[in-house]
Amino acid sequence: MNTTTTTLPAPAPDAIPKARFDWKPLLLLAAIALVALPLVGNPASWVTLTLAGLAMGLIIFIIASGLTLVFGLMDVLNFGHGVFIALGAFMATTVLGAMGGFTASPSLIANLVAVAAASLAGMAVAGAVGLAFERVLVRPVYGMHLKQILITMGGMIIGEEMIKLVWGPQLIALPMPEALRGALWFGDVSVEKFRILAVLAGLKVLVLLLLVLNKTKLGLLIRAGVQDREMVESLGYRIRRLFVAVFVGGSALAGLGGVMWGLYQQGVTPQIGAQVNTLIFIVIIIGGLGSTLGCFVGALAVGLLANYIGFVAPKAALFSNIGLMVAVLLWRPQGLYPVGGKQ
Amino acid sequence: MIRSLLSHDLPRSKLLAALLIATVLGLALTPFIFPGTKALNVAAKILIFIVLVSSYDLLLGYTGIVSFAHTMFFGIGAYGVAIACSRAEDPGWGTVLTGIGGALGISLVLSLVIGLFSLRVKAIFFAMITMAVAAAFMTLASQLSEITGGEDGLSFKVPEALRPSTEYFEEPVLGAMIDGKFAAYYLLFVATVVLVLLLLRIVNSPFGRVLQAIRENDFRAEAIGYRTVVYRTLSNVLAALFATAAGALLALWLRYNGPDTSLSLEIMLDILLIVVIGGMGTIYGAVIGSVLFVLAQNYLQDLMKLGAGAVEGIPVLSQLIAPDRWLLWMGLLFVLAVYHFPFGVVGRLRLGAAAKARE
Repeated sequence: MNTTTTTLPAPAPDAIPKARFDWKPLLLLAAIALVALPLVGNPASWVTLTLAGLAMGLIIFIIASGLTLVFGLMDVLNFGHGVFIALGAFMATTVLGAMGGFTASPSLIANLVAVAAASLAGMAVAGAVGLAFERVLVRPVYGMHLKQILITMGGMIIGEEMIKLVWGPQLIALPMPEALRGALWFGDVSVEKFRILAVLAGLKVLVLLLLVLNKTKLGLLIRAGVQDREMVESLGYRIRRLFVAVFVGGSALAGLGGVMWGLYQQGVTPQIGAQVNTLIFIVIIIGGLGSTLGCFVGALAVGLLANYIGFVAPKAALFSNIGLMVAVLLWRPQGLYPVGGKQ
Repeated sequence: MIRSLLSHDLPRSKLLAALLIATVLGLALTPFIFPGTKALNVAAKILIFIVLVSSYDLLLGYTGIVSFAHTMFFGIGAYGVAIACSRAEDPGWGTVLTGIGGALGISLVLSLVIGLFSLRVKAIFFAMITMAVAAAFMTLASQLSEITGGEDGLSFKVPEALRPSTEYFEEPVLGAMIDGKFAAYYLLFVATVVLVLLLLRIVNSPFGRVLQAIRENDFRAEAIGYRTVVYRTLSNVLAALFATAAGALLALWLRYNGPDTSLSLEIMLDILLIVVIGGMGTIYGAVIGSVLFVLAQNYLQDLMKLGAGAVEGIPVLSQLIAPDRWLLWMGLLFVLAVYHFPFGVVGRLRLGAAAKARE
């Protein structure tokens, strides 16, 4: 035995090259910001726009991260994802409406308690509905893309109608809590207070997701499941349960995103789901379907571009997303961070 | 004769044949049997949806492509006619043809570009991309208000022969007023018959068989030697052109077009519902589905209003059958149809007839 081991050449240190981190998509973000600087002209406005864009991007990231996770692991593209977003937003109207004493008080702590309560309620309801959604609608159609699209679209219709049943079909105003209104000024740079909250929430979600995915056994299983589902199953792990957990988690994230988005828009309509759906599809296409980091970069790119173009050429802002998507797909047809084994 | 008109794709079920004959006769005689504007409008909507949905069936049912951009092409057709006619002082047939021609050209280029760019990717990817493109197009249509009239849309005149004020006879003939609306209805009817027969011809040609092969197993179709991307793109282009024609018919009938009339996501959902409920990959399914759906849309809501009135006071139930919740029931029906009724009405009837023939 000893002889065989000695004859084996010692593995060269770079036999398995460590996957090199791909910096180019991050450079894209920097490039967008740099190109925007001379177009915007005024540095103070540019900083304001950049911060606003990053905050918007982080809200979009919260919404879209769940969808891309679900797609990555389960190969299910949920066209009904917008329902969970709408649910979160409507729960926010109910909870914040009921906690009028907290939202109207000028104390930041009371306001934050109200927003936290709304977020928890939105996540809980969206997660619970997600559980039912997975069990009733999605479970029978795993692996069948055509049926998945049709079924989740049907789920979207039903969900939107149920929301109208509970909250009515009209727009509900969602005023910002007292202390979160207005902006902070640093010299000529203004930062809306709510956006600071959005950035904190978005970063928290990002860090949590990356920690769970990269540092825990659960995350290891999820990532392994994304790469090769059968292998994980044959090792004896019940990937189905993992599926359900991820679906519920993704729905809950959408609920949280819905709360933030509703506050950001300061009003909620039942159609919010369908509207946001298009936006998050663009984000996860740009990022590379199933990739959390890609979703993050894609969301930031969308947020930044929307704010810059909204300032420079407001009319063109409506098409900034689609233009960005086309440009990215021409550059990288699989998205910024393609996930191995897919496509 | 009938055999070759239907491109040898016979209904293959007596009940289906009877339903189709009843549909054709009913639609052909609507102005005489059912007087009143509402009935005529419903029948015209059925005709337009038959063309629109059967063109989508070419894409979804025969080629297995899910596109959410079909209403975009529908809208292009409608805007083509609307823009051409609203620019002209006294629009004639030349104006209408120019509008339709321009619209067909735009649809051709756009569907070709979308197809070549994105049909290489998986179904799910294509569905998302088309959804984004359709949303962008809708924004474009409502923003370019100088051309499209923005959110308000465009009202316009149609050629004199189709104007409601044009009366061909003083007296009603067999209970129907022979006026411009009457002429417009029959224009729609003839166009629908021609377009649907043309679609039947396409899907029953060797080309149509390749599309079905791609739907069943695109890998194998590619291996046999068919360039699947080319076929998919052609299918996309053809479907887009037929949808454009349907849009032109809509504009001619309504003498109005706006973003909500021809571009909204709701119409896209209607199309999906009709294709699935009628039966994918049959063309006849689009016909039967459109009749059922449009009739239900227009008359079931009246029934629900009655029902909601009857259970007024019972909190949840009266909410559930309020006419506004009509789409909820369609959505449930849709989901159930995808699960338990995957071949739709037409597929079901054909299966039943085939089983009987085997006995």
